[in-house]
Amino acid sequence: MRIGVLAIQGDVREHRRHLERLGVDATEVRRPAELFGLAGLIMPGGESSTIGMLMTESGLLDALHAKMAEGFPVYGTCAGMILVANRVQGARGASPTWLGGLDVTVARNAYGRQVQSFEADIPVRALGPEPVHVVFIRAPRIVAAGPAVHVLGQLDDEPVLVEQGPFLASSFHPELTDDLRIHRYFAAKALRFQEAGAAKSVP
Amino acid sequence: MAQQMNQREQGTAGVKTGLAEMLKGGVIMDVTTPEQALIAEQAGAVAVMALERVPADIRAAGGVARMADPAIVRAINAAVEIPVMAKARIGHFVEAQVLEALEVDYIDESEVLTPADEQYHIDKWNFNVPFVCGARNLGEALRRIAEGAAMIRTKGEPGTGNVVEAVRHLRTVLGEIRRVTAAPAEELGTLAKEFGAPLELVRRVKEMGRLPVVHFVAGGIATPADAALMMQLGADGIFVGSGIFKSQNPAAMARAIVRATLHYNDPAVIAEVSESVGQAMAGLEMSTLAPSDRMQERGW
Repeated sequence: MRIGVLAIQGDVREHRRHLERLGVDATEVRRPAELFGLAGLIMPGGESSTIGMLMTESGLLDALHAKMAEGFPVYGTCAGMILVANRVQGARGASPTWLGGLDVTVARNAYGRQVQSFEADIPVRALGPEPVHVVFIRAPRIVAAGPAVHVLGQLDDEPVLVEQGPFLASSFHPELTDDLRIHRYFAAKALRFQEAGAAKSVP
Repeated sequence: MAQQMNQREQGTAGVKTGLAEMLKGGVIMDVTTPEQALIAEQAGAVAVMALERVPADIRAAGGVARMADPAIVRAINAAVEIPVMAKARIGHFVEAQVLEALEVDYIDESEVLTPADEQYHIDKWNFNVPFVCGARNLGEALRRIAEGAAMIRTKGEPGTGNVVEAVRHLRTVLGEIRRVTAAPAEELGTLAKEFGAPLELVRRVKEMGRLPVVHFVAGGIATPADAALMMQLGADGIFVGSGIFKSQNPAAMARAIVRATLHYNDPAVIAEVSESVGQAMAGLEMSTLAPSDRMQERGW
């Protein structure tokens, strides 16, 4: 199984390393053609405005949007979450939305500036009894979530790890820790997507 | 059981180096006004460096160059969503305290400003805000990391529009990293002594095959091809100082350098983005600079 990592800008290397540790074939995606044959795509942390702008220019935004409509699994971390959110707020009002797909409203940098960036431990029942160590870096905050959104993890009663069908998103960066469980959870989604596709193509 | 507030730990090495990881593959641009900061953000900069004057103007003005006026830093902080960096003089830990109080996202302890201390750099472990520092070789980079720098930029010669020094120092650092990775364990102590770097960090370089923190380049980058050159040589990302706002059409040049940094391996794209960006900044030949005008030699 091959999972792509969007490689426009940001912490691409860290996501690749996590996927490789899981035994998944990880490939970097910069152009629309590189989406072909993938079971899923991870969108890394970085600057959402930079990544969104360059995805639009290369046609990757439209190509990925079309694939997501067919249930193609996507996991967005931090900036990646902003790219898949249906609504985005900036400090000065509405901020551009990019792909959408995940029925949440996120507020950019709403946990504060870099000096307020932090690490913490949160329980995530779906991943077992061990808490997940989370790294928040100028993180986006989920300020509202629609009824179809399933909250997997919370920090102080606010959602920080959510899913909706094939889409997974976190305000934080599991790729900056040694914990592979969230990537494994996403790889399982990707495997289901790939197997469903294979079943469909059998006459 | 009562729900307790989660313990939040701020200013950790993880969040300091982590922000630099998020900047990789991006371009950080010097700006002197909120308007310039917006142009940079709209062109796709991953961060801006708030300054009172760009290096070319510092060079032209002469005199003592200091931390920017807090009013400028505040105005730029308020203008953009992307991270804002600002420069403190080498060794001037009070300028750094002021910049931390202003909540800049990164402090550059920079040779572009006039050094405040000719012996000691800032003890960067004392701060919650992360630091980026300049280096011309592996020893200098590792000494800065030992002092708490969470990101390194190899130095060029700022404000010249001439990429030659940036190339020299990036090649030097990468060449010295290759020496470390090729050396057997028993030679690392002697290499550490030669570089004037802590042995523990030399061991980390050998393990990782690169600097232990994100490694950008700075100084003299003036065109999209310059940016792509530094990326092909192995930089994690680019600082552009005078190259944007001293060019004829800053918005177009900013956008072109961002695109060339992404598509650094694609000459057709670099050709396309280099077309009609207008005149790059005028450059300076190194031999025309008096030794006392070379900023790169500040820092030790």
